[in-house]
Amino acid sequence: MSLATLLVLADGRLPAGGHAHSGGLEAQVAAGRVGDLDDLAGFLRGKLRTSGLVAAAFAAAACRRPGEWAALDDGIDARTPSPALRKASRAQGRALLRAGRAMWPLPSVGREAHQPTALGILARAGGLGPGEAAVAAAHGVITGAASAAVRLLGLDPYAVHGLIARLAPDCDRIATEAARRADEPVDDLPAAGAPLLDIGAEHHATWEVRLFAS
Amino acid sequence: MPHDHAHGGAWPRPSDNYVPHVHGPDEPPHSHPDPGVDPHQPLAGGARALRVGIGGPVGSGKTALVAALCRALGTELRLAVVTNDIYTTEDADFLLRNGVLPAERIRAVETGCCPHTAIRDDISANLDAVEELEEALGPLDLVLVESGGDNLTATFSKGLIDRQIFVVDVAGGDKVPRKGGPGVTAADLLVINKTDLAPLVGADLSVMERDAKARRGDLPTVFLSLVEDRAAGPVAEWIRELVRL
Repeated sequence: MSLATLLVLADGRLPAGGHAHSGGLEAQVAAGRVGDLDDLAGFLRGKLRTSGLVAAAFAAAACRRPGEWAALDDGIDARTPSPALRKASRAQGRALLRAGRAMWPLPSVGREAHQPTALGILARAGGLGPGEAAVAAAHGVITGAASAAVRLLGLDPYAVHGLIARLAPDCDRIATEAARRADEPVDDLPAAGAPLLDIGAEHHATWEVRLFAS
Repeated sequence: MPHDHAHGGAWPRPSDNYVPHVHGPDEPPHSHPDPGVDPHQPLAGGARALRVGIGGPVGSGKTALVAALCRALGTELRLAVVTNDIYTTEDADFLLRNGVLPAERIRAVETGCCPHTAIRDDISANLDAVEELEEALGPLDLVLVESGGDNLTATFSKGLIDRQIFVVDVAGGDKVPRKGGPGVTAADLLVINKTDLAPLVGADLSVMERDAKARRGDLPTVFLSLVEDRAAGPVAEWIRELVRL
């Protein structure tokens, strides 16, 4: 396993479409639930333990089990009740595969993969293992929304990065649990949900004016 | 060491910069993309429209220029537009309201408060939009990609567009060409817009022409007033030349 390869995969500057997504933050900011650094900390912890755990587990499983991408993708569909979030995840999966094809020889995927599936495919193609795929997924879940918070709320970027640093042990713990379960049947993989994120995403998709794609 | 090469592609040939290499005994398994293989997905049907980026500061008239080009070229070329306005549907709505292009030929891209990122550093959403238009509409001759209003330093990636137009306006001050920046100095066409306002804002067009020439060398600059020329004549003609090539 190459640590530098993991950094390449997890780099926020990877041109994989992430900058246009707020991870559900824009909807929660508009609803008045996230307005300062403490709110953001709660939001990120909640995301990490719900959609973060699911994304990490499916990224790890997709990295470990190349023959089961379609089944894993169906498993993500089943865990994503919001059509807007399914669309956002597939758009980011498509963008990630586009970036991945420029970095490593990728196998044919055959359909528009969800973001965690695509991340697992890239990790495998880059010679990384399920543990690395999981940590890249968990890290991406919090850093994407944190970066959106800096842009949407004008939060102090040092304070936000201090928060990300404090969340790093949580990130590792979630990734470890996700990777440990990478061999479980699709139906038994984590299925933690966050109904407010689902509801927020559906409202957000109807707005006439929005800054982020999701 | 066991690893995976995918050499032998035919597009178009291995890069001139490609240096063959050897592997040491301690290297971990790894793989290489083939430098001779285009990493981009082929477009549907092998079609490839000319892609022209239109950038420039807020309020310089990018959307009005796109509308004028749609009016001028919409009947002679198979045309589609991707907009990147900060507010998702604002520019697309303008084009629809003005009836210059049917809704299915316009895609709006959200840019997450970073219009320059979406056209330069991470072009994936724009590439998706262009490809979706080509898949939905069949082969096209021309796709205009309009950037969100940004500043003088924003430029398009060559991975997204073939040629770019930078639009500034006389009301922004006649010193703008002298300030330079990559849009003014390197765009394939510089449009100095709203010349009808020059007397009202005290802008000296000859100063702008001289400074643009100094900054741009042989690259073309055109003056435009969409009030007087609703079909954006010189810009439309510049695009016609490119499509003919």
